[in-house]
Amino acid sequence: MDWTAFRLSVELALWTLALLLPLAIWLGRLLAHRRFPGRGFIEAAVALPLVLPPTVVGFYLLTAFGALSPLGQAWERVFGQGLAFSFQGLLFASVIVNLPFAVQPVQNAFAAIPPRLREAGAVSGMAPWKVFTAVELPLAWPGIATAAVLTFAHTLGEFGVVLMVGGAIPGETQTIAIAIYDRVQAFDERGAGIMSAVLLGVSVAALGLTNTLSRRVGRRMRDG
Amino acid sequence: MADAAEGLELRLGAAAPIPLDLALGCAPGELLALVGPSGAGKSTALRCVAGLHRPTSGLVRCGGKTWFDAAARCDLPPHRRAVGLVFQDYALFPHMTALGNVAAALGHRPRAARAERARELLALVHLSGLEDRRPAELSGGQQQRVAVARALARDPAVLLLDEPFSAVDRATRRRLQSELAGLRRSLSIPILLVTHDLDEAVALADRMCLMHRGRGLQTATPSEMLARPASAEVARLLDLRNLFRATVERHDAAAGTTFLRWGDAVLEAAHAPAFVPGAAVDWMVPPSAVVLHRRGRPSLGERENPVPARVLDLLPMGRDAEVTLDIADAQGGKLAFSLPLHAARRNGLAPGEACTVSLLKENIHIMPLSRTGR
Repeated sequence: MDWTAFRLSVELALWTLALLLPLAIWLGRLLAHRRFPGRGFIEAAVALPLVLPPTVVGFYLLTAFGALSPLGQAWERVFGQGLAFSFQGLLFASVIVNLPFAVQPVQNAFAAIPPRLREAGAVSGMAPWKVFTAVELPLAWPGIATAAVLTFAHTLGEFGVVLMVGGAIPGETQTIAIAIYDRVQAFDERGAGIMSAVLLGVSVAALGLTNTLSRRVGRRMRDG
Repeated sequence: MADAAEGLELRLGAAAPIPLDLALGCAPGELLALVGPSGAGKSTALRCVAGLHRPTSGLVRCGGKTWFDAAARCDLPPHRRAVGLVFQDYALFPHMTALGNVAAALGHRPRAARAERARELLALVHLSGLEDRRPAELSGGQQQRVAVARALARDPAVLLLDEPFSAVDRATRRRLQSELAGLRRSLSIPILLVTHDLDEAVALADRMCLMHRGRGLQTATPSEMLARPASAEVARLLDLRNLFRATVERHDAAAGTTFLRWGDAVLEAAHAPAFVPGAAVDWMVPPSAVVLHRRGRPSLGERENPVPARVLDLLPMGRDAEVTLDIADAQGGKLAFSLPLHAARRNGLAPGEACTVSLLKENIHIMPLSRTGR
Protein backbone atom coordinates (compact mmCIF):
# COMPACT_ATOMS: atom_id res chain seq x y z
CA MET A 1 0.00 0.00 0.00
CA ASP A 2 1.43 3.34 -1.13
CA TRP A 3 0.28 5.73 1.61
CA THR A 4 2.05 8.70 0.05
CA ALA A 5 0.01 8.30 -3.12
CA PHE A 6 -3.18 7.72 -1.13
CA ARG A 7 -2.57 10.83 0.97
CA LEU A 8 -1.86 12.85 -2.15
CA SER A 9 -5.10 11.64 -3.73
CA VAL A 10 -7.13 12.58 -0.63
CA GLU A 11 -5.42 15.96 -0.47
CA LEU A 12 -6.15 16.56 -4.12
CA ALA A 13 -9.78 15.52 -3.64
CA LEU A 14 -10.26 17.82 -0.63
CA TRP A 15 -8.63 20.80 -2.35
CA THR A 16 -10.74 20.14 -5.45
CA LEU A 17 -13.85 20.17 -3.27
CA ALA A 18 -12.80 23.37 -1.55
CA LEU A 19 -12.38 25.18 -4.84
CA LEU A 20 -15.07 23.51 -6.91
CA LEU A 21 -18.02 23.45 -4.51
CA PRO A 22 -18.47 27.23 -4.15
CA LEU A 23 -18.03 27.55 -7.92
CA ALA A 24 -20.56 24.77 -8.55
CA ILE A 25 -23.11 26.32 -6.15
CA TRP A 26 -22.78 29.68 -7.85
CA LEU A 27 -22.83 28.30 -11.41
CA GLY A 28 -25.46 25.59 -10.74
CA ARG A 29 -27.83 28.10 -9.14
CA LEU A 30 -27.28 30.54 -11.99
CA LEU A 31 -28.04 27.86 -14.59
CA ALA A 32 -31.08 26.68 -12.64
CA HIS A 33 -32.70 30.07 -12.11
CA ARG A 34 -31.69 32.35 -14.93
CA ARG A 35 -32.41 32.35 -18.63
CA PHE A 36 -29.66 34.23 -20.44
CA PRO A 37 -27.98 34.12 -23.83
CA GLY A 38 -25.20 31.58 -23.90
CA ARG A 39 -26.76 29.46 -21.15
CA GLY A 40 -26.92 26.39 -23.38
CA PHE A 41 -23.30 26.93 -24.38
CA ILE A 42 -22.21 27.04 -20.74
CA GLU A 43 -24.19 23.89 -19.94
CA ALA A 44 -22.53 22.10 -22.86
CA ALA A 45 -19.08 23.32 -21.80
CA VAL A 46 -19.69 22.06 -18.25
CA ALA A 47 -20.73 18.64 -19.58
CA LEU A 48 -17.81 18.42 -22.04
CA PRO A 49 -15.38 16.57 -19.70
CA LEU A 50 -17.98 13.77 -19.48
CA VAL A 51 -17.75 12.92 -23.17
CA LEU A 52 -14.18 13.90 -24.13
CA PRO A 53 -11.47 11.24 -23.72
CA PRO A 54 -9.38 12.16 -20.63
CA THR A 55 -6.28 12.26 -22.80
CA VAL A 56 -7.84 14.97 -24.96
CA VAL A 57 -8.78 17.06 -21.91
CA GLY A 58 -5.32 16.43 -20.52
CA PHE A 59 -3.63 17.44 -23.75
CA TYR A 60 -5.45 20.78 -23.93
CA LEU A 61 -4.83 21.49 -20.26
CA LEU A 62 -1.16 20.69 -20.68
CA THR A 63 -1.00 23.05 -23.64
CA ALA A 64 -2.77 25.73 -21.59
CA PHE A 65 -0.36 25.22 -18.66
CA GLY A 66 2.77 25.35 -20.82
CA ALA A 67 5.40 28.09 -20.62
CA LEU A 68 4.23 29.35 -24.04
CA SER A 69 0.60 29.94 -23.03
CA PRO A 70 -0.64 33.17 -21.35
CA LEU A 71 -2.00 31.15 -18.40
CA GLY A 72 1.30 29.29 -17.91
CA GLN A 73 3.31 32.51 -18.18
CA ALA A 74 1.07 34.40 -15.77
CA TRP A 75 1.18 31.57 -13.24
CA GLU A 76 4.98 31.36 -13.48
CA ARG A 77 5.30 35.12 -12.98
CA VAL A 78 3.12 35.11 -9.85
CA PHE A 79 4.12 31.82 -8.20
CA GLY A 80 7.58 31.36 -9.57
CA GLN A 81 7.02 27.84 -10.90
CA GLY A 82 5.18 26.30 -13.83
CA LEU A 83 1.73 24.72 -13.69
CA ALA A 84 2.52 21.61 -15.69
CA PHE A 85 3.68 18.56 -13.70
CA SER A 86 2.94 20.30 -10.36
CA PHE A 87 0.31 19.74 -7.65
CA GLN A 88 -1.27 23.11 -8.47
CA GLY A 89 -1.57 22.13 -12.12
CA LEU A 90 -3.10 18.83 -11.10
CA LEU A 91 -5.58 20.65 -8.85
CA PHE A 92 -6.52 23.01 -11.65
CA ALA A 93 -7.10 20.09 -14.02
CA SER A 94 -9.07 18.24 -11.38
CA VAL A 95 -11.44 21.20 -10.90
CA ILE A 96 -12.06 21.38 -14.66
CA VAL A 97 -12.57 17.62 -15.10
CA ASN A 98 -15.00 17.46 -12.13
CA LEU A 99 -17.18 20.36 -13.28
CA PRO A 100 -20.01 18.14 -14.59
CA PHE A 101 -20.01 15.95 -11.46
CA ALA A 102 -20.36 18.98 -9.21
CA VAL A 103 -22.44 21.42 -11.25
CA GLN A 104 -25.18 19.11 -12.51
CA PRO A 105 -26.46 17.75 -9.15
CA VAL A 106 -26.33 21.27 -7.70
CA GLN A 107 -28.18 22.68 -10.69
CA ASN A 108 -30.87 20.01 -10.44
CA ALA A 109 -31.27 20.63 -6.71
CA PHE A 110 -31.77 24.38 -7.18
CA ALA A 111 -34.08 23.85 -10.15
CA ALA A 112 -36.30 21.61 -7.99
CA ILE A 113 -37.00 24.44 -5.51
CA PRO A 114 -40.36 26.00 -6.45
CA PRO A 115 -39.87 29.68 -7.40
CA ARG A 116 -42.79 30.44 -5.08
CA LEU A 117 -40.62 29.59 -2.07
CA ARG A 118 -38.03 32.18 -3.00
CA GLU A 119 -40.81 34.71 -3.51
CA ALA A 120 -42.28 33.73 -0.15
CA GLY A 121 -38.89 34.39 1.42
CA ALA A 122 -38.71 37.81 -0.19
CA VAL A 123 -42.20 38.87 0.88
CA SER A 124 -41.39 37.60 4.37
CA GLY A 125 -38.80 40.34 4.51
CA MET A 126 -35.71 38.28 3.75
CA ALA A 127 -32.96 39.98 1.80
CA PRO A 128 -31.71 37.91 -1.18
CA TRP A 129 -28.71 36.53 0.76
CA LYS A 130 -31.04 35.52 3.58
CA VAL A 131 -33.38 33.73 1.15
CA PHE A 132 -30.28 31.94 -0.15
CA THR A 133 -29.01 30.82 3.26
CA ALA A 134 -32.35 30.18 4.99
CA VAL A 135 -34.44 28.72 2.17
CA GLU A 136 -32.39 27.72 -0.87
CA LEU A 137 -29.29 26.17 0.73
CA PRO A 138 -31.18 23.94 3.19
CA LEU A 139 -33.47 22.70 0.41
CA ALA A 140 -30.63 22.20 -2.08
CA TRP A 141 -28.33 20.68 0.54
CA PRO A 142 -28.79 17.00 -0.44
CA GLY A 143 -27.93 17.91 -4.04
CA ILE A 144 -24.86 19.81 -2.91
CA ALA A 145 -23.78 16.87 -0.75
CA THR A 146 -24.27 14.55 -3.72
CA ALA A 147 -22.04 16.81 -5.79
CA ALA A 148 -19.40 16.75 -3.06
CA VAL A 149 -19.40 12.96 -2.75
CA LEU A 150 -19.29 12.44 -6.51
CA THR A 151 -16.46 14.94 -6.90
CA PHE A 152 -14.46 13.40 -4.08
CA ALA A 153 -14.84 9.86 -5.39
CA HIS A 154 -14.16 10.84 -8.97
CA THR A 155 -11.03 12.77 -8.06
CA LEU A 156 -9.65 9.75 -6.20
CA GLY A 157 -10.11 7.61 -9.28
CA GLU A 158 -9.16 10.04 -12.07
CA PHE A 159 -6.36 8.59 -14.18
CA GLY A 160 -6.02 9.84 -17.75
CA VAL A 161 -5.99 13.55 -17.14
CA VAL A 162 -3.73 13.18 -14.09
CA LEU A 163 -1.23 11.20 -16.10
CA MET A 164 -1.24 13.73 -18.93
CA VAL A 165 -1.00 16.84 -16.78
CA GLY A 166 0.88 15.68 -13.72
CA GLY A 167 3.02 12.80 -14.79
CA ALA A 168 3.82 10.53 -11.84
CA ILE A 169 6.11 12.41 -9.48
CA PRO A 170 5.85 10.68 -6.07
CA GLY A 171 4.61 13.07 -3.37
CA GLU A 172 3.83 15.76 -5.94
CA THR A 173 1.60 14.33 -8.65
CA GLN A 174 1.55 10.54 -8.22
CA THR A 175 -2.03 9.79 -7.11
CA ILE A 176 -3.30 6.40 -6.01
CA ALA A 177 -4.73 5.63 -9.45
CA ILE A 178 -1.35 6.30 -11.03
CA ALA A 179 0.37 4.29 -8.32
CA ILE A 180 -1.87 1.31 -9.09
CA TYR A 181 -0.92 1.58 -12.73
CA ASP A 182 2.78 1.74 -11.85
CA ARG A 183 2.45 -1.35 -9.59
CA VAL A 184 0.84 -3.33 -12.38
CA GLN A 185 3.59 -2.24 -14.75
CA ALA A 186 6.09 -3.51 -12.16
CA PHE A 187 4.20 -6.85 -11.83
CA ASP A 188 3.37 -6.04 -8.16
CA GLU A 189 -0.10 -7.60 -8.32
CA ARG A 190 -0.58 -7.70 -4.55
CA GLY A 191 0.16 -3.97 -4.08
CA ALA A 192 -2.08 -3.07 -7.00
CA GLY A 193 -4.82 -5.32 -5.64
CA ILE A 194 -4.84 -3.79 -2.14
CA MET A 195 -4.99 -0.26 -3.51
CA SER A 196 -7.68 -1.20 -6.01
CA ALA A 197 -9.76 -2.70 -3.22
CA VAL A 198 -9.44 0.52 -1.21
CA LEU A 199 -10.60 2.58 -4.20
CA LEU A 200 -13.45 0.15 -4.87
CA GLY A 201 -14.62 0.45 -1.25
CA VAL A 202 -14.49 4.23 -1.36
CA SER A 203 -16.46 4.30 -4.63
CA VAL A 204 -19.18 1.93 -3.40
CA ALA A 205 -19.54 3.96 -0.20
CA ALA A 206 -19.77 7.14 -2.26
CA LEU A 207 -22.50 5.76 -4.50
CA GLY A 208 -24.47 4.48 -1.49
CA LEU A 209 -24.25 7.89 0.14
CA THR A 210 -25.28 9.60 -3.09
CA ASN A 211 -28.35 7.41 -3.50
CA THR A 212 -29.42 8.03 0.10
CA LEU A 213 -29.03 11.74 -0.32
CA SER A 214 -30.91 11.93 -3.62
CA ARG A 215 -33.81 10.00 -2.08
CA ARG A 216 -33.91 12.63 0.64
CA VAL A 217 -34.09 15.35 -1.99
CA GLY A 218 -37.14 13.69 -3.51
CA ARG A 219 -38.84 13.42 -0.14
CA ARG A 220 -38.22 17.06 0.74
CA MET A 221 -39.63 18.32 -2.51
CA ARG A 222 -42.75 16.22 -2.08
CA ASP A 223 -43.16 17.73 1.38
CA GLY A 224 -43.33 21.15 -0.23
CA MET B 1 -47.82 48.23 12.38
CA ALA B 2 -47.11 50.83 9.75
CA ASP B 3 -48.86 54.17 9.83
CA ALA B 4 -52.49 53.23 9.51
CA ALA B 5 -53.64 56.69 8.57
CA GLU B 6 -52.96 56.00 4.92
CA GLY B 7 -54.10 52.99 2.99
CA LEU B 8 -53.06 51.57 -0.32
CA GLU B 9 -53.01 53.54 -3.54
CA LEU B 10 -52.50 51.56 -6.69
CA ARG B 11 -52.18 52.58 -10.33
CA LEU B 12 -50.89 50.01 -12.76
CA GLY B 13 -50.29 50.10 -16.46
CA ALA B 14 -48.63 47.61 -18.76
CA ALA B 15 -49.08 46.33 -22.30
CA ALA B 16 -47.02 43.14 -22.25
CA PRO B 17 -46.49 40.38 -21.31
CA ILE B 18 -49.61 40.79 -19.18
CA PRO B 19 -51.79 43.82 -20.02
CA LEU B 20 -52.74 45.92 -17.01
CA ASP B 21 -54.91 48.99 -16.67
CA LEU B 22 -56.03 49.41 -13.12
CA ALA B 23 -56.43 52.18 -10.56
CA LEU B 24 -57.76 51.62 -7.08
CA GLY B 25 -57.41 52.59 -3.48
CA CYS B 26 -57.97 50.59 -0.34
CA ALA B 27 -58.47 52.28 3.02
CA PRO B 28 -56.98 50.99 6.28
CA GLY B 29 -59.20 48.25 7.64
CA GLU B 30 -61.00 47.87 4.34
CA LEU B 31 -61.20 44.56 2.50
CA LEU B 32 -61.16 45.02 -1.24
CA ALA B 33 -61.74 41.98 -3.41
CA LEU B 34 -60.26 41.71 -6.90
CA VAL B 35 -62.67 39.52 -8.82
CA GLY B 36 -62.83 38.38 -12.40
CA PRO B 37 -62.39 35.32 -14.58
CA SER B 38 -59.06 33.51 -14.53
CA GLY B 39 -56.50 35.33 -16.60
CA ALA B 40 -58.04 38.70 -15.72
CA GLY B 41 -54.78 39.90 -14.15
CA LYS B 42 -55.94 39.75 -10.52
CA SER B 43 -52.91 37.87 -9.22
CA THR B 44 -50.59 39.97 -11.35
CA ALA B 45 -51.99 43.12 -9.76
CA LEU B 46 -51.36 41.60 -6.34
CA ARG B 47 -47.80 40.68 -7.32
CA CYS B 48 -47.23 44.27 -8.43
CA VAL B 49 -48.10 45.44 -4.91
CA ALA B 50 -45.68 42.92 -3.41
CA GLY B 51 -42.93 43.84 -5.86
CA LEU B 52 -42.84 40.40 -7.46
CA HIS B 53 -43.98 41.81 -10.81
CA ARG B 54 -43.01 45.13 -12.32
CA PRO B 55 -45.65 47.07 -14.28
CA THR B 56 -44.57 49.39 -17.09
CA SER B 57 -46.14 52.46 -15.58
CA GLY B 58 -47.99 53.47 -12.48
CA LEU B 59 -47.62 53.91 -8.78
CA VAL B 60 -47.82 51.81 -5.62
CA ARG B 61 -48.09 53.74 -2.38
CA CYS B 62 -48.90 52.19 0.95
CA GLY B 63 -48.92 53.38 4.53
CA GLY B 64 -47.55 56.75 3.42
CA LYS B 65 -44.56 55.22 1.64
CA THR B 66 -43.92 54.99 -2.08
CA TRP B 67 -42.98 51.45 -3.11
CA PHE B 68 -43.16 51.89 -6.83
CA ASP B 69 -43.26 54.98 -9.00
CA ALA B 70 -42.44 54.48 -12.66
CA ALA B 71 -42.11 58.24 -13.26
CA ALA B 72 -39.61 58.66 -10.40
CA ARG B 73 -37.84 55.36 -11.20
CA CYS B 74 -38.58 54.14 -7.72
CA ASP B 75 -38.98 50.38 -7.29
CA LEU B 76 -38.40 48.82 -3.88
CA PRO B 77 -37.60 45.09 -3.86
CA PRO B 78 -40.16 42.81 -2.14
CA HIS B 79 -38.16 42.44 1.09
CA ARG B 80 -38.20 46.20 1.60
CA ARG B 81 -41.97 46.53 1.16
CA ALA B 82 -44.00 45.84 4.27
CA VAL B 83 -46.39 43.36 2.67
CA GLY B 84 -47.93 40.19 3.97
CA LEU B 85 -48.78 37.83 1.13
CA VAL B 86 -50.68 34.56 1.39
CA PHE B 87 -49.95 32.53 -1.74
CA GLN B 88 -52.58 30.39 -3.38
CA ASP B 89 -50.56 27.23 -2.62
CA TYR B 90 -49.31 28.87 0.64
CA ALA B 91 -45.62 28.36 -0.32
CA LEU B 92 -44.65 27.36 3.20
CA PHE B 93 -40.99 26.50 3.74
CA PRO B 94 -41.07 22.68 3.76
CA HIS B 95 -37.91 22.31 5.85
CA MET B 96 -39.16 24.49 8.70
CA THR B 97 -41.73 23.85 11.40
CA ALA B 98 -44.91 25.91 11.63
CA LEU B 99 -43.16 28.03 14.25
CA GLY B 100 -40.07 28.30 12.06
CA ASN B 101 -42.14 29.45 9.10
CA VAL B 102 -43.68 32.26 11.12
CA ALA B 103 -40.39 33.18 12.82
CA ALA B 104 -38.74 33.37 9.39
CA ALA B 105 -40.83 36.47 8.68
CA LEU B 106 -39.88 38.11 11.98
CA GLY B 107 -36.42 39.21 10.89
CA HIS B 108 -37.24 42.83 11.77
CA ARG B 109 -37.71 41.98 15.47
CA PRO B 110 -34.99 41.28 18.02
CA ARG B 111 -33.86 37.67 17.84
CA ALA B 112 -34.87 36.94 21.44
CA ALA B 113 -38.45 38.09 20.87
CA ARG B 114 -39.13 36.10 17.72
CA ALA B 115 -40.18 32.73 19.11
CA GLU B 116 -42.58 34.37 21.56
CA ARG B 117 -44.15 36.52 18.84
CA ALA B 118 -44.41 33.52 16.47
CA ARG B 119 -46.28 31.61 19.19
CA GLU B 120 -48.67 34.53 19.63
CA LEU B 121 -49.38 34.64 15.91
CA LEU B 122 -49.98 30.89 15.72
CA ALA B 123 -52.37 31.23 18.65
CA LEU B 124 -54.13 34.04 16.79
CA VAL B 125 -54.88 31.65 13.90
CA HIS B 126 -55.90 28.84 16.30
CA LEU B 127 -52.82 26.67 15.81
CA SER B 128 -51.50 26.49 19.37
CA GLY B 129 -49.99 23.08 20.00
CA LEU B 130 -48.98 22.52 16.38
CA GLU B 131 -45.87 24.72 16.52
CA ASP B 132 -43.45 21.87 15.88
CA ARG B 133 -45.24 20.30 12.92
CA ARG B 134 -43.77 20.55 9.46
CA PRO B 135 -46.04 21.75 6.65
CA ALA B 136 -46.32 18.18 5.30
CA GLU B 137 -47.78 17.11 8.66
CA LEU B 138 -50.52 19.75 8.57
CA SER B 139 -53.90 19.66 6.84
CA GLY B 140 -54.69 22.10 4.04
CA GLY B 141 -56.64 24.37 6.35
CA GLN B 142 -53.86 24.32 8.94
CA GLN B 143 -51.28 25.14 6.26
CA GLN B 144 -53.39 28.10 5.20
CA ARG B 145 -53.49 29.36 8.79
CA VAL B 146 -49.69 29.10 9.05
CA ALA B 147 -49.47 31.09 5.82
CA VAL B 148 -51.76 33.78 7.25
CA ALA B 149 -49.71 33.90 10.48
CA ARG B 150 -46.51 34.20 8.46
CA ALA B 151 -48.00 37.01 6.36
CA LEU B 152 -48.98 38.91 9.51
CA ALA B 153 -45.61 38.28 11.19
CA ARG B 154 -43.96 41.02 9.20
CA ASP B 155 -46.27 43.66 10.69
CA PRO B 156 -47.33 44.47 7.14
CA ALA B 157 -48.79 47.75 5.92
CA VAL B 158 -51.05 45.76 3.58
CA LEU B 159 -52.28 42.17 3.61
CA LEU B 160 -52.49 40.43 0.24
CA LEU B 161 -54.50 37.23 -0.14
CA ASP B 162 -54.15 35.37 -3.44
CA GLU B 163 -57.04 32.90 -3.76
CA PRO B 164 -56.42 31.84 -0.14
CA PHE B 165 -59.45 29.55 0.05
CA SER B 166 -59.22 27.76 -3.29
CA ALA B 167 -57.08 24.80 -2.18
CA VAL B 168 -59.28 23.49 0.63
CA ASP B 169 -62.55 21.59 0.75
CA ARG B 170 -65.89 23.35 1.08
CA ALA B 171 -66.40 22.90 4.81
CA THR B 172 -62.86 24.08 5.61
CA ARG B 173 -63.35 27.01 3.25
CA ARG B 174 -66.42 28.18 5.13
CA ARG B 175 -64.58 27.96 8.43
CA LEU B 176 -61.48 29.77 7.13
CA GLN B 177 -63.65 32.48 5.61
CA SER B 178 -65.41 33.19 8.87
CA GLU B 179 -62.04 33.16 10.65
CA LEU B 180 -60.78 35.78 8.22
CA ALA B 181 -63.88 37.86 8.79
CA GLY B 182 -63.13 37.69 12.53
CA LEU B 183 -59.41 38.36 12.09
CA ARG B 184 -60.06 41.49 10.03
CA ARG B 185 -61.61 43.24 12.96
CA SER B 186 -58.26 43.28 14.72
CA LEU B 187 -56.41 44.53 11.63
CA SER B 188 -56.18 48.20 10.76
CA ILE B 189 -54.46 47.73 7.43
CA PRO B 190 -55.87 47.50 3.91
CA ILE B 191 -56.58 43.94 2.76
CA LEU B 192 -56.61 42.90 -0.90
CA LEU B 193 -58.29 39.59 -1.65
CA VAL B 194 -57.96 37.96 -5.05
CA THR B 195 -60.73 35.51 -5.85
CA HIS B 196 -62.63 34.18 -8.83
CA ASP B 197 -65.48 33.22 -6.52
CA LEU B 198 -68.07 35.98 -6.65
CA ASP B 199 -70.00 34.65 -3.65
CA GLU B 200 -66.82 34.74 -1.60
CA ALA B 201 -66.17 38.35 -2.62
CA VAL B 202 -69.76 39.36 -1.84
CA ALA B 203 -69.59 37.65 1.55
CA LEU B 204 -66.23 39.03 2.66
CA ALA B 205 -65.49 42.27 0.85
CA ASP B 206 -66.37 45.86 1.70
CA ARG B 207 -65.82 46.78 -1.91
CA MET B 208 -64.87 44.79 -4.94
CA CYS B 209 -63.09 45.57 -8.18
CA LEU B 210 -64.09 43.60 -11.25
CA MET B 211 -61.19 42.90 -13.60
CA HIS B 212 -61.23 41.57 -17.12
CA ARG B 213 -58.22 41.21 -19.41
CA GLY B 214 -56.08 43.30 -17.07
CA ARG B 215 -58.55 46.19 -16.90
CA GLY B 216 -60.42 47.30 -13.83
CA LEU B 217 -63.98 47.60 -15.13
CA GLN B 218 -65.77 48.76 -12.00
CA THR B 219 -65.04 49.24 -8.32
CA ALA B 220 -68.00 49.38 -5.97
CA THR B 221 -69.60 47.75 -2.96
CA PRO B 222 -70.83 44.24 -3.80
CA SER B 223 -74.51 45.23 -3.51
CA GLU B 224 -73.97 48.34 -5.60
CA MET B 225 -72.19 46.41 -8.32
CA LEU B 226 -74.79 43.65 -8.41
CA ALA B 227 -77.68 46.14 -8.57
CA ARG B 228 -76.05 48.73 -10.78
CA PRO B 229 -73.27 47.28 -12.93
CA ALA B 230 -71.42 49.93 -14.93
CA SER B 231 -71.96 48.14 -18.24
CA ALA B 232 -73.50 45.08 -19.81
CA GLU B 233 -69.95 43.64 -19.92
CA VAL B 234 -69.74 43.93 -16.13
CA ALA B 235 -73.22 42.45 -15.79
CA ARG B 236 -72.30 39.48 -17.97
CA LEU B 237 -69.03 38.87 -16.06
CA LEU B 238 -71.04 38.90 -12.84
CA ASP B 239 -73.39 36.38 -14.45
CA LEU B 240 -76.33 38.74 -13.97
CA ARG B 241 -79.48 37.90 -15.89
CA ASN B 242 -82.23 39.89 -17.60
CA LEU B 243 -79.99 42.03 -19.79
CA PHE B 244 -81.73 43.74 -22.67
CA ARG B 245 -81.22 46.50 -25.20
CA ALA B 246 -83.51 49.50 -25.70
CA THR B 247 -83.63 53.12 -26.86
CA VAL B 248 -84.11 56.12 -24.60
CA GLU B 249 -87.48 57.67 -25.48
CA ARG B 250 -87.72 60.69 -23.18
CA HIS B 251 -87.21 61.88 -19.64
CA ASP B 252 -89.75 63.15 -17.17
CA ALA B 253 -87.74 64.75 -14.38
CA ALA B 254 -90.81 65.77 -12.39
CA ALA B 255 -92.09 62.19 -12.23
CA GLY B 256 -88.56 60.82 -11.79
CA THR B 257 -88.98 58.66 -14.83
CA THR B 258 -87.00 57.80 -17.93
CA PHE B 259 -89.01 56.12 -20.68
CA LEU B 260 -87.38 53.34 -22.70
CA ARG B 261 -88.58 52.00 -26.01
CA TRP B 262 -88.16 48.25 -25.90
CA GLY B 263 -89.47 46.63 -29.05
CA ASP B 264 -93.14 47.58 -29.21
CA ALA B 265 -93.37 48.38 -25.54
CA VAL B 266 -92.47 51.50 -23.61
CA LEU B 267 -90.97 50.91 -20.18
CA GLU B 268 -90.80 53.27 -17.24
CA ALA B 269 -87.40 53.26 -15.56
CA ALA B 270 -85.79 55.21 -12.73
CA HIS B 271 -84.77 58.68 -13.87
CA ALA B 272 -81.38 58.53 -15.65
CA PRO B 273 -80.83 61.95 -17.22
CA ALA B 274 -77.29 61.08 -18.31
CA PHE B 275 -78.64 59.24 -21.33
CA VAL B 276 -79.83 61.49 -24.17
CA PRO B 277 -83.15 60.66 -25.84
CA GLY B 278 -82.59 58.53 -28.92
CA ALA B 279 -79.52 56.82 -27.50
CA ALA B 280 -79.34 53.04 -27.61
CA VAL B 281 -78.71 51.62 -24.15
CA ASP B 282 -78.39 48.33 -22.30
CA TRP B 283 -80.70 47.81 -19.36
CA MET B 284 -81.27 45.15 -16.82
CA VAL B 285 -83.73 44.22 -14.15
CA PRO B 286 -82.73 41.95 -11.25
CA PRO B 287 -84.83 38.78 -10.91
CA SER B 288 -85.99 40.10 -7.52
CA ALA B 289 -87.72 43.00 -9.29
CA VAL B 290 -89.76 40.77 -11.60
CA VAL B 291 -93.22 40.43 -10.04
CA LEU B 292 -95.74 37.84 -11.18
CA HIS B 293 -99.33 39.03 -11.58
CA ARG B 294 -101.56 36.81 -9.52
CA ARG B 295 -104.43 35.27 -11.33
CA GLY B 296 -107.64 37.11 -10.68
CA ARG B 297 -106.19 39.07 -7.77
CA PRO B 298 -104.51 42.32 -8.84
CA SER B 299 -101.75 43.42 -6.49
CA LEU B 300 -99.65 46.47 -5.84
CA GLY B 301 -97.24 47.43 -8.58
CA GLU B 302 -99.14 45.81 -11.35
CA ARG B 303 -99.39 49.06 -13.17
CA GLU B 304 -95.59 49.18 -13.45
CA ASN B 305 -94.35 47.90 -16.78
CA PRO B 306 -96.66 44.96 -17.33
CA VAL B 307 -95.04 42.46 -19.70
CA PRO B 308 -97.02 39.64 -21.28
CA ALA B 309 -95.00 36.46 -21.46
CA ARG B 310 -95.10 32.71 -21.92
CA VAL B 311 -93.41 30.28 -19.55
CA LEU B 312 -90.50 28.56 -21.30
CA ASP B 313 -89.10 26.58 -18.43
CA LEU B 314 -89.69 26.01 -14.76
CA LEU B 315 -86.93 24.42 -12.70
CA PRO B 316 -87.57 23.45 -9.09
CA MET B 317 -84.48 24.41 -7.05
CA GLY B 318 -85.10 23.39 -3.49
CA ARG B 319 -88.01 25.46 -2.14
CA ASP B 320 -87.91 27.86 -5.09
CA ALA B 321 -88.73 27.59 -8.75
CA GLU B 322 -86.47 29.16 -11.37
CA VAL B 323 -88.72 30.46 -14.10
CA THR B 324 -87.63 31.42 -17.61
CA LEU B 325 -90.06 33.51 -19.64
CA ASP B 326 -90.29 34.05 -23.37
CA ILE B 327 -91.00 37.72 -24.01
CA ALA B 328 -91.25 39.88 -27.07
CA ASP B 329 -87.55 40.90 -27.05
CA ALA B 330 -86.15 41.65 -30.50
CA GLN B 331 -82.72 40.23 -29.55
CA GLY B 332 -84.34 37.04 -28.31
CA GLY B 333 -83.58 37.74 -24.65
CA LYS B 334 -85.31 35.73 -21.96
CA LEU B 335 -86.59 36.98 -18.66
CA ALA B 336 -85.61 34.99 -15.60
CA PHE B 337 -86.86 35.20 -12.05
CA SER B 338 -87.59 32.90 -9.19
CA LEU B 339 -90.47 32.51 -6.77
CA PRO B 340 -91.43 30.04 -4.07
CA LEU B 341 -92.45 26.71 -5.54
CA HIS B 342 -95.89 26.81 -3.89
CA ALA B 343 -96.57 30.25 -5.41
CA ALA B 344 -95.69 28.89 -8.83
CA ARG B 345 -98.13 26.01 -8.30
CA ARG B 346 -100.89 28.27 -6.98
CA ASN B 347 -100.59 30.50 -10.05
CA GLY B 348 -100.59 27.55 -12.41
CA LEU B 349 -97.18 28.28 -13.85
CA ALA B 350 -96.06 25.53 -16.23
CA PRO B 351 -94.16 25.42 -19.50
CA GLY B 352 -96.34 26.77 -22.29
CA GLU B 353 -98.69 28.72 -19.98
CA ALA B 354 -99.22 32.45 -20.52
CA CYS B 355 -98.69 34.91 -17.68
CA THR B 356 -98.02 38.57 -17.02
CA VAL B 357 -95.20 40.04 -14.97
CA SER B 358 -94.35 43.54 -13.84
CA LEU B 359 -90.85 44.98 -13.95
CA LEU B 360 -90.41 47.28 -10.97
CA LYS B 361 -89.49 50.69 -12.27
CA GLU B 362 -87.03 51.71 -9.55
CA ASN B 363 -84.98 48.55 -10.14
CA ILE B 364 -84.59 48.96 -13.88
CA HIS B 365 -80.96 49.91 -14.35
CA ILE B 366 -79.81 51.66 -17.53
CA MET B 367 -76.23 51.28 -18.78
CA PRO B 368 -74.30 52.80 -21.67
CA LEU B 369 -74.28 50.55 -24.71
CA SER B 370 -71.63 47.88 -24.39
CA ARG B 371 -69.04 48.01 -27.14
CA THR B 372 -68.47 44.30 -27.14
CA GLY B 373 -72.05 43.49 -28.06
CA ARG B 374 -73.94 40.45 -26.99
